[in-house]
Amino acid sequence: MTKLSELAKTIRSKNAGVDKITFDIIFTDRAVYEKVLASRAITAAKISSLYGIAQERIADFVEYDPACAIKFTIYRTSPSGSAGDSDIFGAQQYAPLLDIDVPV
Amino acid sequence: MSLIRIICPNGHLGFAPLKTDSFLRGVEASPDFIAADSGSDDIGPVPLGSDTSTSPEAWQRQDLEAMLLASRRIGVPMIIGSAGDTGTNSRVDRYVAIIKEVAAKHGLAPFKLGYFYSEVSKDRVRRAIGSSEPVLGLDGREPLSEKELDATDRIVAMAGVHPFRKLLEEGCDVIIGGRSSDCAIFAAAALHRGAREADAYYLGKVLECASFCAEPYGAKETVLGAIDDAGVTVTAMHPDQRCTIASVAGHAMYERSNPYDEFVAGGRLDMRDCHYTQIDPRTTRVTGQRFEPAKRVRVKLEGSGKVGERYVGIASVRDPYTIAHIDAVIAWAKAQVVERFGASGYELHFNVFGKNGVMGDMEPVKTPAHELCIVVQGVAPTAEMAEELCMTATRQLFYARLPEVKGTAGGVAFVLDEVLKASPAYRWTVNHTLAVDDPLELFPTHTETVGTEG
Repeated sequence: MTKLSELAKTIRSKNAGVDKITFDIIFTDRAVYEKVLASRAITAAKISSLYGIAQERIADFVEYDPACAIKFTIYRTSPSGSAGDSDIFGAQQYAPLLDIDVPV
Repeated sequence: MSLIRIICPNGHLGFAPLKTDSFLRGVEASPDFIAADSGSDDIGPVPLGSDTSTSPEAWQRQDLEAMLLASRRIGVPMIIGSAGDTGTNSRVDRYVAIIKEVAAKHGLAPFKLGYFYSEVSKDRVRRAIGSSEPVLGLDGREPLSEKELDATDRIVAMAGVHPFRKLLEEGCDVIIGGRSSDCAIFAAAALHRGAREADAYYLGKVLECASFCAEPYGAKETVLGAIDDAGVTVTAMHPDQRCTIASVAGHAMYERSNPYDEFVAGGRLDMRDCHYTQIDPRTTRVTGQRFEPAKRVRVKLEGSGKVGERYVGIASVRDPYTIAHIDAVIAWAKAQVVERFGASGYELHFNVFGKNGVMGDMEPVKTPAHELCIVVQGVAPTAEMAEELCMTATRQLFYARLPEVKGTAGGVAFVLDEVLKASPAYRWTVNHTLAVDDPLELFPTHTETVGTEG
């Protein structure tokens, strides 16, 4: 098992408009990217379980080959910057991804 | 031979200052345009709702001055979109004033200044709500209702290329835009020079965040984008940055739901079949992009509405027993608020840092830290009520009644025994699209001559 943070170059989150937060996991080595895809360690179902959210909250889940990246987007429960929102930019929601165990 | 070359020195002008060295390198590369976006909806609904900027005017002025002086020196147009973070009319007016002041300060020779507004009246939107073409919701939202419109204080429309092209056709040397699609600022210039739509919009897409399309990571550095017969190229201007296949392809997915589609007023850029080639160490070429014109032009609207006045309180906890029962502590504080103010007519929020303050219900770590910081927000119709509401909630954390707590002299620590006035609370009420017959309808343009003769 290897932590995702040791395999990916970039793991980030950010607003995609005011109603969604998008997550990017970017690899520099295409072979590593393909191994991670093949491992099925990162799927919409796994994300849903990790973040404790219903799968319907995942708006997009894309394996984006040109950038060796896995990208998914979730709906916020209320728009960005509403009172009580703890992350107006959506920039710190990726942390749980770092420790995903990938069987490679 | 390039059809057009554009430099972009900053991905959100004003939010942080541009970096001078790579900007000057970009200027020396003899671009045909100097352009930058100056807005974002990332900053939350407060600036749009309250018609303010989140960026300091000094930083806005600094970058506008650098761009204006460079563009006048080499005699190429300068284009700014989404003036002053939000692109409201007052922000456009502020940027126009800054341009005039900088021109006067430096005694610049006369040039033609063009600008356009983006604010949309609620009456205009209300007419559409009742029409055969409703105001459709984005990102899963329902069509806009009269109730949500009533709750809205200010609306801006997101311009496509149309007002920029009109002002370029009128010969403007400097253009200040209201709220605009980031990529339209650059695409308009490319279309003005006769580029294909697909290349023009891709050029805009890749340039909009300046050096975010380069590596290693380093914001606010200048990049140069160009279009030639073979497609789009993008080059980092900072000597230590490179535009690589990975960085450019990676940028295509930045801040967007999926990496394939970019929607603008008037069509959709399709990046599914983009092909990336490294043509020199700092430059990547992109081909294969397509553009599909819209059958009906729908313009995106952003609207923000005031929820109430807001105060913030801060309290911290170190006692492990209290930490283990923090939900009960907060329930006590809420109950005291209800006792005094009733159960509705206000908002009360508790972000508990050290537990799940950053991620809320999505936090997978269930074990709290050894200390907690609670940020309390009280939102109410008047400042007086918001202050008392927030003070009640914050101070009652101190008096929370836990049955077995050892520390009976006070349940929380305060860094300040007061509550702080914050910006009023707003929310994004409008994230919708409005159909228009004329893509210029919502974006009235103006021109004037600025500068001093000889």
